[in-house]
Amino acid sequence: MGKRVLAILVEDRPGVLTRVSGLFSRRGYNIQNIAVGRTMEPGISRMTVTVDADPLTVEQIVKQLNKQINVLKISDLTDEPSVGRELLLVKVKAEPDKRGDIQQMARTFRARIIDLSPDSMIVEVTGNNEKLEAFLLMMQEFGIKEIASTGKVALFRGNKLIRETRN
Amino acid sequence: MKLTGAEMVLACLEAENVDVVFGFPGGAVLTLYDEIYKKGLRHILSRHEQGAVHAADGYARASGRPGVVFATSGPGATNLVTGIATAYMDSIPLIIITGQVARPFIGTDAFQEADITGITLPITKHNYLVKRIEELPHIFKEAFTIATTGRQGPVLIDLPKDLQAEEGEFHYPSRAEIYGYRPTYEGHQGQIAKALARLRKAKKPLIYAGGGVVSSGAHLELLELSQNGAIPVTTTLTGMGSIPYDYELFLGMPGMHGTYAANHAINESDLLLTIGARFDDRVTGKIEHFAPDACIIHIDIDPAEIGKNIAVHIPIVGDVRMVLREMLRRFKKGETEKWCAKVKAWKAERPLRYKQEGHLKPQFVIEELNRLSGGEAIVATDVGQHQMWTAQYFQFNKPRTLLSSGGLGTMGYGFPAAIGAQVAFPDRLVVCIAGDGSFQMNSQELATVVHYQLPVKVAIINNQYLGMVRQWQKMFYEGRYSHTSMDGSPDFVRLAEAYGARGLRATAIEEVGPVIEEAFQSPGPVLMDFHVDPEENVLPMVAPNTSIVDMIGGEE
Repeated sequence: MGKRVLAILVEDRPGVLTRVSGLFSRRGYNIQNIAVGRTMEPGISRMTVTVDADPLTVEQIVKQLNKQINVLKISDLTDEPSVGRELLLVKVKAEPDKRGDIQQMARTFRARIIDLSPDSMIVEVTGNNEKLEAFLLMMQEFGIKEIASTGKVALFRGNKLIRETRN
Repeated sequence: MKLTGAEMVLACLEAENVDVVFGFPGGAVLTLYDEIYKKGLRHILSRHEQGAVHAADGYARASGRPGVVFATSGPGATNLVTGIATAYMDSIPLIIITGQVARPFIGTDAFQEADITGITLPITKHNYLVKRIEELPHIFKEAFTIATTGRQGPVLIDLPKDLQAEEGEFHYPSRAEIYGYRPTYEGHQGQIAKALARLRKAKKPLIYAGGGVVSSGAHLELLELSQNGAIPVTTTLTGMGSIPYDYELFLGMPGMHGTYAANHAINESDLLLTIGARFDDRVTGKIEHFAPDACIIHIDIDPAEIGKNIAVHIPIVGDVRMVLREMLRRFKKGETEKWCAKVKAWKAERPLRYKQEGHLKPQFVIEELNRLSGGEAIVATDVGQHQMWTAQYFQFNKPRTLLSSGGLGTMGYGFPAAIGAQVAFPDRLVVCIAGDGSFQMNSQELATVVHYQLPVKVAIINNQYLGMVRQWQKMFYEGRYSHTSMDGSPDFVRLAEAYGARGLRATAIEEVGPVIEEAFQSPGPVLMDFHVDPEENVLPMVAPNTSIVDMIGGEE
């Protein structure tokens, strides 16, 4: 088992997210996270799916996904040079005497304070999964009230692209 | 040209040369049914939506053309679910058209509303909810294209009630442009060359062929390859008939109730040429022990089947017929004489057998049905013991003559499927072989055969049990027959008569032939009730998850 990151280009149609996510659940594999957004091509969306499964299972999932009419292209980014980022919002307890410490910690992680209230603040941080985990660990000592995070989005490094099949 | 949604549906069906549909009306398809009334489209009214969808499936399997089904929203649509799943598992092309509540009511839990596109997502090849009238012609063209090409399958179109009455511009496209759908038909030349080279070197090759041979119409190429290469053949339940029964290198069906020759040939083969089959667990038994010494070549139109259940050495993705034609063009025979002799000896020395003593045996009934049908019948079955006895003892010589739910294993499939086949071929002999348990799952369709005077001959192999489940309870649950007795079943002869069909019964050996002859000569629908040995088992048998050469019984 290991984490695999798949980028999937799909037609932007009702139910397409259900079609894709349904294929994972039917085979008993949890999607760890998923991000859906636009591409440069109107009508085509890009999903980035992180799943914990062995390579053979992923191969089978990819083949099944390819059979979906609304799925146009799938790339496995796991073993190729690529960059991936997630975004995390942390609402952390922040009594006046702790604020300085939190701000300093945030700077170390290149995180930003985006909201401040009398006893809490919201910190925004982006990065790969390890960095976000490390950041959460550091925030725990102040007391985390709530978090929200996006799924990972990823691109190949360099010139490599995932081309749409529609021309 | 301006047409209403309902008019468009009929125009699309006409453009696709659909001359008959199967269905059941209701509130959300009133406008559509009004159009059927006006245009006089041939429509077969079932007595339950499940009957309609299985009939469309039987029509498709027997004819090779897509079956078309109409049903209303909500319960009409959900009653189709078993039939859609049955077709999906066996890759049968269906177009299912369901009514939906009017667009403003969708999502409000309106009367007879069900999210049928959501429900059928995992059991259709694709499905659509039509939201705008302009999309309708394109959706129909896409649906027919998707259902009938590549790996075939059911496609559902959900039509809101108000859209059926709305007018729009109609132009039926000549072809569908579907960006995310490009099936591969031609096999990779390099892979074919590799397969041929291995085949030439193989000393003990075996062909394992399935339903893909039937759907691509490759039965003649299959036989030619087997003859040219002197390669024995085993066919799965859904592949039955693609090789003539009396062909000397045909070994029968493999797997759980397969023949000695087929299972041992798989076990000893050094090359397994898999053609349009998918390594189902009922065929392979314990997968680790399946064809342990063989180089596995797998020809399939669906790339997702390659490597799904078993590691394949040489995959060839493509249409079975096109790939086989290419293989035949470049084929050179290997040395297989010794192997053929061995396989033929297994076949001769270890045939399927049963003892006709005491009670009337079900196998004898099947043999008599086969003998008296003269090899020309289309046979539909339900699921269970009678299904396996049919596969074992009925001699299928042509493709599309056995209609049976292989993948899903749907009880109640056979009778409506026989209706569909009879609609496709009004002049052919169509026989439904059913169990007393499974027949009762769709016996209401007796009204349909009487209504349309469809001369379907139903043979109930009546053992007063859910026989296959009883057999497993006997073999694996120490004979505790939990809820498998069919006490309370009707008198089937009188049931048929109540509907206005003929009913005949045989309880002794000497009655079997005359009853079948009388039924086959009778012009209308006939039900035959054969009272057979209640405790007869389907043998040989391979216990689940064991090697297919660990066969139980079938020795005497």
